[in-house]
Amino acid sequence: MKVKNEMKLQLKSRSVNEGYARMAVSAFACELDPNVEELNDIKTAVSEAVTNCIVHAYNNELGTIYITVKLLENSTVEIKIRDRGCGIEDVKQAMTPLFTTLGGDRSGLGFSVMESFSDSLKVTSKKGKGTTVTIVKRIKGKASF
Amino acid sequence: MKANAEVTIKTEKKTVTAVLSGEIDHHSAPPIRQAIDEAVIVFEPEELVLDFGLVSFMDSSGIGLVMGRYRLLEDMKCKLSVINLSSHAFKVMKLAGLDKIANLTKGGDSYEGKK
Repeated sequence: MKVKNEMKLQLKSRSVNEGYARMAVSAFACELDPNVEELNDIKTAVSEAVTNCIVHAYNNELGTIYITVKLLENSTVEIKIRDRGCGIEDVKQAMTPLFTTLGGDRSGLGFSVMESFSDSLKVTSKKGKGTTVTIVKRIKGKASF
Repeated sequence: MKANAEVTIKTEKKTVTAVLSGEIDHHSAPPIRQAIDEAVIVFEPEELVLDFGLVSFMDSSGIGLVMGRYRLLEDMKCKLSVINLSSHAFKVMKLAGLDKIANLTKGGDSYEGKK
């Protein structure tokens, strides 16, 4: 599918950037004229993925988060969020609802939220190398009302 | 940038109400959590109400916030209610099954604190 528009964004893995990341990505996706619900879905999925980079991949040390957003001609947004952090040993386990390595107030639902708020979610990871999360969301916009 | 979410705690009789505002995420949740827990420990209420009416965004950190408070209240015979949820926040909480542990109501729905 042809790419209509593309944005690359690089952020330090500081928690304050969770808000900037979701705002920047959702603002960029506005070209596809999403409705409020779709915009919230995008913001939430991005927020989860970026939080994972900060909390898990870089384990609260400073690293870089690489975000690529592509707007495709079939009114689809493809968001890639990549880190060069610790990687996930068992992706399937990490994606199991309620599974968390951290406890405390982490719900263990980050991937479940990303999955249910997107049309497709792909996670590739290599131990010690990093993780890439690809979120694809079709934008129906006002047509879905 | 300062934390983009805030909490105001109100106490009335045996109810503690925490009015949350702004964007709740992993960055902004910890001070909110702390303020609520302090109020609950000091006042030992019979009901904790989390008012999400002024929350403009919430990710799974909001789920963690509700789940964590539920765990705290479990041993205290204290009821948990989450009110004025936007349809987005309601969707996120339903996904986590929070309707099974707390009384969830959307904004505009009627809410009467039941003792």
